[in-house]
Amino acid sequence: MVEQVGTIAQQRRRSAWLFLLPVLLTIAAVAGWPLARTIWFSLTDARLDDMAATSFIGLENYLFLARDPEWWVAVRNTLVFAGVSVTLETLLGIIIALVLNARMRGRGVLRAAMLIPWAIPTVVSAQMWGWMLHDQYGVINEMLLSIGLIAEPRAWTANYSTALAAVIAVDVWKTTPFMALLTLAALQLLPNELYEAAEIDGLGPVGQFFRITLPLIWPALMVAIIFRTLDALRVFDLMYVLTGNSRATASMSVYARQQLVDFQDVGYGSAAATGLFLVIAVVTALFITFGRVRLGAEPGR
Amino acid sequence: MKRILGRAAFFLLVLAIVAYTVFPFYWAIVSSLKGGAALFSADAWPSAPEWSNYTAVFQEQPFGRNILNSVIVAGSVVALSLCLGVTAAYALGRVAFRGRKALLLVILGVSMFPQVAVLSGLFELIRVLGLYNNLFGLTLSYLIFTLPFTVWVLTTYMREMPVELEEAAMMDGAGPFVVLTRIFLPLMGPAMATTGLLAFIAAWNEFLFALTFTLTDEMRTVPVAIALISGSSSFELPWGRIMAASVIVTVPLIVLVLVFQRRIVSGLTAGAVKG
Repeated sequence: MVEQVGTIAQQRRRSAWLFLLPVLLTIAAVAGWPLARTIWFSLTDARLDDMAATSFIGLENYLFLARDPEWWVAVRNTLVFAGVSVTLETLLGIIIALVLNARMRGRGVLRAAMLIPWAIPTVVSAQMWGWMLHDQYGVINEMLLSIGLIAEPRAWTANYSTALAAVIAVDVWKTTPFMALLTLAALQLLPNELYEAAEIDGLGPVGQFFRITLPLIWPALMVAIIFRTLDALRVFDLMYVLTGNSRATASMSVYARQQLVDFQDVGYGSAAATGLFLVIAVVTALFITFGRVRLGAEPGR
Repeated sequence: MKRILGRAAFFLLVLAIVAYTVFPFYWAIVSSLKGGAALFSADAWPSAPEWSNYTAVFQEQPFGRNILNSVIVAGSVVALSLCLGVTAAYALGRVAFRGRKALLLVILGVSMFPQVAVLSGLFELIRVLGLYNNLFGLTLSYLIFTLPFTVWVLTTYMREMPVELEEAAMMDGAGPFVVLTRIFLPLMGPAMATTGLLAFIAAWNEFLFALTFTLTDEMRTVPVAIALISGSSSFELPWGRIMAASVIVTVPLIVLVLVFQRRIVSGLTAGAVKG
């Protein structure tokens, strides 16, 4: 009898691998192989018009990359973008989630409204904000002028000092709902009894938030923050649509694609892309080490 | 008194949140209905709403074709990812085998890939396969981000299925394939709908690959078409037309999201909050 159970388990394991095979092959073909080729290209002088005629040039592309000030501007832009936008999204997301969690009429409508920015394609939101931020006819200039915050219309996306802030503002608008909804999901799992006990102990709303709510939603919040940060580090659409290849906002992805496609320099562009890949790998490792997150943990079954 | 003030402040906060989230889209609708010089006025509602921007979008460029392209690509990506994803999710969610955890981490890792890191390798692959400027090339490349996500979310749902069902079927001598197709597949309906919807939105919105792997206007997907709309002069973009195109592609998406909002929220949390 025991032996029979053993063979069934063995059979299941064997068929499990069979079931996994199509996915593993597809992922290897569309992700693994291209990644390996990109890393290989980064060590060559490949050009886009003739990718077959290439020769190995070692780390030359990387050395060049390390000396290119434009690349470091892109690195800085990307890190500032990711850091500022994820921080703002998290703070705003928590506030909105707390509001949505309050018992009130029309909560469903409010939650539905939150989903609108999330559902709008990034390119579309970039265009919508591009129009709102227009230097001559933009409604934002109009509003700020009418309440006297600015004296004359500003070219928000063209001006070097405000372009990155404009891009961050659009990203915050687009992705705060995502953070709010994930935070709300975590909030709704919290038992009410905790708060009743806290009220008896005389803990105010602020104390309740920092002593009870925040520690309890922290694991869920951390996972959401990781996902958002990794997403923000590879940002491309927003910058490309809102400000083109402008130096003021170019992210690492924008920089890599510009080298690769516009300048046809596949070898160098691949080195930049691999650089971004490494940055993301390092950030992920840091998060998992210091954020004490156990991704892919076994379910408590 | 304090109570009333508190309530008023809270109400104002709610109002501010709604205005913040909804206003940009409202403004896009308003602008798309303004023709000619009215576009450059900041009226909250056009004095004479007109549809000229909407007709222009379809006349000035193959926008109908672009929408069809997006539907074909996103639809085929969803079908492929769900078929492949649900079999893998069964193996990962129901069978205990060595290396399962490592595999899940690899799959999660792939979903965190920056797209640009595979751009040159994928470009080569697509050209070798003769899929450059071809919709199937896009379908193939989109699997990079939809497949890991689909597998991951479906696995979390698959784990929550009751063990008894499977045991009973196996007692009756059903093999894994029968268990998957006859027992789990019908129960996985809602989960598949949620995951499919999220994958659809991701594919519908994708920009980088679509921009790089297509060349002609006829092969563009919607986001690329909207990003590249240009006017007769290079100085002034046709904002009215851009807003009309934006509204056209966003309205179906918003309707979809509002209809399935509960599903979407649960799918997002299943994908992210399983620490």
